Amino acid sequence: MKTASMIVRMRVLFAGALLAVIVPGIAAAETDCLSCHGDASLQDASGKSVGVDAHTFAASIHGTLKCGDCHATIKDYPHPDQITPVKCESCHADEAAGLTGSVHANKAEHPCTSCHGDAHAIFPKTDSRSAVYPLNIPRTCGACHGNAAMARKHGLPNVYPLYIDSIHGFALSKEGLLVAANCQSCHGSHHILSHNDPQSPTYKANIPKTCGNCHAGITDEYMGGVHGKAVTAGNLKAPVCTDCHTAHAILQPTAAAFRMQSTPICGSCHKEKLSTYRDTFHSQLGSLGGYVETARCWDCHGAHEVLPASDPRSPIAKANLVTTCGKCHAGANLSFVQYQPHANAHNRKLNPALYFVRLFMNLLLAGTLGFFVIHTILWLIRSRYDQLKRKAAEGGKNA
Amino acid sequence: MPDPEPSMHEGGEAKPAGGRYFMRFTREQRYLHAALFSSFLGLAATGLPLRFSESIWARGLAKAVGGFGAILFFHKFCALVLTVAFLIHVKEIVTRGIVHREKGIFWGPASMVANWKDVKDLFGHLRWFVGLGPRPQFDRYAYWEKFDYWAVFWGMIVIGFSGYAMWFAPFFAHFLPGWALNAVLVIHSEEGLLAILFIFSIHFVNTHLRPDSFPMDLVIFTGVESEEEFKHKRPEEYARLKAQGKLETRLAEPPGIWQINFSRVVGYSAILIGLVLLALTLSAYFWR
Repeated sequence: MKTASMIVRMRVLFAGALLAVIVPGIAAAETDCLSCHGDASLQDASGKSVGVDAHTFAASIHGTLKCGDCHATIKDYPHPDQITPVKCESCHADEAAGLTGSVHANKAEHPCTSCHGDAHAIFPKTDSRSAVYPLNIPRTCGACHGNAAMARKHGLPNVYPLYIDSIHGFALSKEGLLVAANCQSCHGSHHILSHNDPQSPTYKANIPKTCGNCHAGITDEYMGGVHGKAVTAGNLKAPVCTDCHTAHAILQPTAAAFRMQSTPICGSCHKEKLSTYRDTFHSQLGSLGGYVETARCWDCHGAHEVLPASDPRSPIAKANLVTTCGKCHAGANLSFVQYQPHANAHNRKLNPALYFVRLFMNLLLAGTLGFFVIHTILWLIRSRYDQLKRKAAEGGKNA
Repeated sequence: MPDPEPSMHEGGEAKPAGGRYFMRFTREQRYLHAALFSSFLGLAATGLPLRFSESIWARGLAKAVGGFGAILFFHKFCALVLTVAFLIHVKEIVTRGIVHREKGIFWGPASMVANWKDVKDLFGHLRWFVGLGPRPQFDRYAYWEKFDYWAVFWGMIVIGFSGYAMWFAPFFAHFLPGWALNAVLVIHSEEGLLAILFIFSIHFVNTHLRPDSFPMDLVIFTGVESEEEFKHKRPEEYARLKAQGKLETRLAEPPGIWQINFSRVVGYSAILIGLVLLALTLSAYFWR
């Protein structure tokens, strides 16, 4: 035992001297640990890697710390096989406090390293090597939130693929824009709360403010419109940004796919308006998949600053109709804009002329077809009867 | 087993074997009918997906006719073809009836204009259906044929006017009241629907699929019909021409085999397309 121990000690000293020469910047004291843990293939009894890349560690944000600063329970060599886990919160108290009560509060399930990566290779978030560098965040979060089984288990949407194909994901992953919204921009980092929690930035009432962190101008417009005012007044049935744009799969609003999916969203509350819109040519042509030029709700009503027709600033205010309709219909005049894009042909009080036109057309159709269907059926029966009789008279074989 | 000597009652198709043939429709009239039904099929195929745009088949049919972007283009193209055909026909009537003062265009037994005999024929026919009287003796155009003609004539004016009012809405808005812009779509789509339902069910059966003509009356394609058929279907006209000694002026060459085959291909295709569109239309009412 003594000999073995002597040999180990000799090796430690030798390796330490060697490391001190080849890795400048590593404090001489750390060479003791690295003499064993500097071996990248070193494993503990359970087979977990306990090797440390001295180069990377020295360059990391914690590079100036000594092993014992974090591994505080290890005082001596040899140290016990089972060591107390490192307590990040002893320095990072604020972050640890943030995690408390968050959706990731369970430390066993979500250790700091699950987001920040290898404990010995942590870089500042402004460093592109960091797991929480803006351009790396979606991949870091996506490690769990891009996993369909995990999403199912927690009853969450599998958001990573939705995000990465969205306009934000595209800006981030393809254009490399640091300003593009990543997960953390909306959800926060340590104190992430469920969207059901009124404190959460993704709680419905808080969404305009959250999106407004970047989209300030649009948010201002939205807050001035009927929907923004309703949400401010506490009516959470009114739509916020995500109701139309969705939270993760956000599409370019001019894209055909977005224009196709948007009308039913408005119609989910404005049912009567959707039904009368469906009776119009705008909807009929617009429903045929991808034909995007016909007017959708917001083409006339505005998208963010939706105002009632009684408001003179509204695009559907009487005085503005020629301009609004004229966006598509060149030559629109005062008579043209009397067209009612939500006329109800079944409502005699609101649209009497249209009501009677429809009634006349329906009666004409039913009357003409009704008479001729009976006429034709009787004729068919009689003709067939005569034909068979004639054949029988002729002694036909088919009689 | 097929009858070795099929009588005219077995089917209305002109049979090239033996017998005399008589001219019923001129080449111009047949071409006009061809322009009419082909543009009508195009209008129906591009109009129905719009009328029933919420139906499951609407997008598929829109794609089949060239995509949602092409659907209006083809609808308007067919509309122009039909408009031209309509104008040619009107010009023909005006030239023959008013300029040349040809007799029998606006009145008489060979005219399309309804007369007292048509009313009597209608009731007579109805009585015959239920076995209360003899079969009426029809002249050149029977009352249901006149109805077909005037339904199409009125339909083209109504559908055409409402269609152009939508196509050039800002222009029509100069002299139409505001509510009319809403009304034209209702008129256009209901009248269009009526035309589709009527042509693809009533006209098809009355003219082609009824036992006297089954499976197809080729006379509108070949222009000629056999003497037997002529005598059976339009006895009054046959007798009248015979009495006037004019029967021989209507004599025509029997249709060629190629003519019959070509007519069958075109006619069956038109009927098939029509029946498919009819089925889709009816399905839209039951499977929303």
